[in-house]
Amino acid sequence: MTTTTHAGAAPTWRRVLAQTDFEARAILRNGEQLLVTIIVPVLVLIGLTQVDVLDIDTDGMSAIDFFTPGVLALAVMTSSFTSQAIASAFDRRNGVLRLLSTTPLGRGGLLIGKIAGVLVVGTVQVLVIGLTAVLLGWRPDALGVLLAIVAMLLGAAAFTSLALLVAGTLRAEAVLAVANLALLLLALGGGVIVPADRLPGPLEHLALLLPSGALGEAMRQAFQHGSLPAWSVVVLVGWTAALGWGAARLFRWH
Amino acid sequence: MPDSPALEISGLVKRYGGRAVVDGLDLVARPGEVTAVLGPNGAGKTTTIECCEGLRQADEGTVRVLGRDPLVDAAELRPRVGVMLQDGGLPTGIRAQDMLAHVARMYADPRDLGELTERLGLGSFGRTTVRRLSGGQRQRLALAAAIVGRPELVFLDEPSAGMDPQSRHAVWDLVRELRDEGVAVVLTTHLMDEAEDLADHVAVIDQGRVIAQGSVRDLVSDGDDHTLRLDASPGLDLGAALGDGLAVTEPSPGSYVVVGAVGPTTVAALTAWLAERDVLATRLTVGRRTLEDVFLDLTGRQLR
Repeated sequence: MTTTTHAGAAPTWRRVLAQTDFEARAILRNGEQLLVTIIVPVLVLIGLTQVDVLDIDTDGMSAIDFFTPGVLALAVMTSSFTSQAIASAFDRRNGVLRLLSTTPLGRGGLLIGKIAGVLVVGTVQVLVIGLTAVLLGWRPDALGVLLAIVAMLLGAAAFTSLALLVAGTLRAEAVLAVANLALLLLALGGGVIVPADRLPGPLEHLALLLPSGALGEAMRQAFQHGSLPAWSVVVLVGWTAALGWGAARLFRWH
Repeated sequence: MPDSPALEISGLVKRYGGRAVVDGLDLVARPGEVTAVLGPNGAGKTTTIECCEGLRQADEGTVRVLGRDPLVDAAELRPRVGVMLQDGGLPTGIRAQDMLAHVARMYADPRDLGELTERLGLGSFGRTTVRRLSGGQRQRLALAAAIVGRPELVFLDEPSAGMDPQSRHAVWDLVRELRDEGVAVVLTTHLMDEAEDLADHVAVIDQGRVIAQGSVRDLVSDGDDHTLRLDASPGLDLGAALGDGLAVTEPSPGSYVVVGAVGPTTVAALTAWLAERDVLATRLTVGRRTLEDVFLDLTGRQLR
């Protein structure tokens, strides 16, 4: 994207800010999107910590310390993948992407606005889920929070790339199905909420190669051990590069 | 350079899967003029416009928008070119007034939203979400979004589709106003009256090429030719009655169209011929050809 502001166009930062605001509002105003990005993760957190739904060894930790990092990872996946994929797919089908790309915003500004919109929604998610967890007795330390922010940014990059890849290549109805199904499968068996080493058989190794498992592990290590696993960083950066390359090459605007 | 064209297309070719949808198209649109691109469905109108908007890449030929390349110079052109897509492209979950305000934020000096809202009658549904708008309301909102940035050139892809007569006239008035302000307006349509009422320049396209162009007057007048229409009993040999120099067709049984140098003697000869055979003409009109006649002559009458 060019950084020069051409005559007649608003300055680049104002266009991108307007689009960020537009994207974030579109998600936070939409009932279904709010359900999947905020309400479901909060309910999962309450369910896992207040009701014994999963009979799992928490390594001597309290349930809230054990599960909150995974629920935050799940929240990142809902906003950067499920919600973004569905919104972009329908915007693409309805010509919204094409129309906005003909305004001074352009394709570059649209993309940056979308990514920034995801980050705004992610911030709201983390605040709501984090505060709920604190109310339930969670006490994260500062280093953990800092490392977790890095992990969440890496995770958001990988899952936004995946969202744009499916949104730009599949029919909108197919994206709706794929995005929800993938979220459910990854949440259950992808090493997000249930740590990869507790998954049965080959799933344990597979989950660590998936962006979901890498993000889940990174979040747990950050909060529980104050470190960021190198393997997770490599996996997330690798997925971002591969999926981003695929999205850039295969995305169809029509 | 006041005379340089706002849009110049030469030899444009665009193929989808090997099939040329646009096949060597040439078109020029000038500032302060409404250029109507007229053609049947599937003629290549929308594809041509999308190549000009930077939404599609031409396979061959050149497109110059305000003297620039629509793909290479996209960033420079976007603030200067307004676009109304055929399928609207409006986000559905947002209120109409918020949509327009959002697009306005992309420009340094957008039009006054209150005035534009008033002009296109958007006020009555400003607080309604786009999803709940009627087709005509959406079209008016899309038009407002296309011109909110004070463009020098606007592309309107079937602007009147789905509009009631009131909306249509509001849109036409606005298009004339844009033209009078010096804006180059390029619109696609298959509505003859729209082209006839609005356009300074009409390009008829079919199968991806311009098959005729000029002012409406140029296109409809063919020297002193007139068209005579007659309704009577079917199967009459009017050709024998009228002699050479006139083309007689019977597009549907009992409806005749006579084209050529129709004069007072033609009408007298025809009615005398009918009287001899005791045939009553239930309708007889003489007039100039309409744009629709020209269009159907050029593109054929078969359904496609």
